[in-house]
Amino acid sequence: MMPQRSLMLTLLSAGLVFGAWQIAGMIPVSYAFPTFLETMSALLRMVLDGTLFVAFGETLKPLLVGIAISAALGIGLGLWIGLSSWFDWLFSPIFIVMQAAPLAALIPLLVMVYGIGLTSKVFVVCIMAMPVIVLNTSGAVRNTPTPLKEMGRSFLGSERDIVLKIILPAASPIIFSGLRLGVSAGFIGAVLAELKITPTGVGDIISYSRSIADYPSMYAAIFSIIVLAVLFLNLLERLEDFLFEGNNRGYASDT
Amino acid sequence: MRTPASEIAVTARRISKNYGAVEALRNLSLDFPRGQLTSLLGPSGCGKTTLLKIIAGLLEPTSGEVEVNGKAVTGPGPDRAFVFQDFALLPWANVLRNVAFGLELRGIARSEREAIAEGYIRNVGLAGFEASYPHELSGGMRQRVGLARALSVDAQVLLMDEPFSAVDEQTRRKFQEDLLSLVQREAKTFIFVTHSIEEAVYVSDQIAILLPRPSRVSEIIRPGGFRNKGADQIRRDPEYLDIVDEIWASLRRYVE
Repeated sequence: MMPQRSLMLTLLSAGLVFGAWQIAGMIPVSYAFPTFLETMSALLRMVLDGTLFVAFGETLKPLLVGIAISAALGIGLGLWIGLSSWFDWLFSPIFIVMQAAPLAALIPLLVMVYGIGLTSKVFVVCIMAMPVIVLNTSGAVRNTPTPLKEMGRSFLGSERDIVLKIILPAASPIIFSGLRLGVSAGFIGAVLAELKITPTGVGDIISYSRSIADYPSMYAAIFSIIVLAVLFLNLLERLEDFLFEGNNRGYASDT
Repeated sequence: MRTPASEIAVTARRISKNYGAVEALRNLSLDFPRGQLTSLLGPSGCGKTTLLKIIAGLLEPTSGEVEVNGKAVTGPGPDRAFVFQDFALLPWANVLRNVAFGLELRGIARSEREAIAEGYIRNVGLAGFEASYPHELSGGMRQRVGLARALSVDAQVLLMDEPFSAVDEQTRRKFQEDLLSLVQREAKTFIFVTHSIEEAVYVSDQIAILLPRPSRVSEIIRPGGFRNKGADQIRRDPEYLDIVDEIWASLRRYVE
């Protein structure tokens, strides 16, 4: 019953959005705004002739490397910062600055230092994705409920056990929400890098299609990257459910 | 009335605890007889939980020392297990893992610790809920999980910090009755913090009344006559009623 209902709701909301898109494109709100169906046919064309897969092959490289680095390093550093006030003092400001920095303005600097290759792009993804992962993790670790830590100590848990079996799992819901935000930001970073550094992959399709006024293709490329991001976030949610089943307590309105 | 030294499981000797300028405990000494239940009773802010956590080894006293079976306490140890006021269950772990968690932290193999835990889950009346998660249980059932966890590590001393204060009145009465039979069945020493006079008199072999700011033991009461009368007779026993009144008379002026 429930899964069917939520599937119906998903389809309904998708239908509403795409319908509105189609109507807005038909009015049209702008010459540069294609209808939903035009966009989908452009997408289909790019899928069939393989351009899209080649493009994703390029885009996914900095994206996956950057997200992997951000997740591993971000959770590690966040844990450290949350556990030690000294590390908090040392590292937290870096990530706060990183999160607030106008990234597009910094890209020329990155290019000067690391060139126009993969490294710079990975950096852009990391700068986008890592701060929120670090800050969420450290905040959650610092706010581990005291009774849980006392429980671990009173039942003779070692420092390591208390971190791995109590503090990290207790922080996991917020770490995962940080990961979700970080991954979405990483997707933005990957496309931004391809638009601002060198046009490759999906960023290349976007900027090339725009330059020749092929707006359906441009929107199809944007649409495909959003779809990929949504799939990725879903995967992350599955992973959380699998690792910490008891975290899933349904909705506040369920009783 | 004095109990011989070998019959004392836990001794607190001249315990003082300061939080900055605030004196929580001053020069407090108290003996806890083996195999009996001792309540620490007092108005809120009298330091009874602080004393319990010092005995548990979770807090260090500013001065003084605690001995368990003649050995000085320097930190948490295998001879003591703690039952928490707010249960302190792992929300991401099911009942079975929560109950076995104390043994897990001690490095007991999974099959062995789960077998032990299953036994205690049955004992506390939670059979069938092994795979449930804490958020699916009522407050009373959660505290049964906390109790089963403390029992499974088989410590000689059970430290209970207002264990029934977060459950409803009817569940609390049932818990108090169950606690009486638990004290009789298990050869363990129970140290029980409560702010309820009735609860203390109902379950205790010995009641230490703590007075606040700074805390010291003002009086030790050992209810005797009604202990063997059966759980449902205690509350109508004249001695029970007298002791409740007497304690209230001495505590009321400390309650604002």
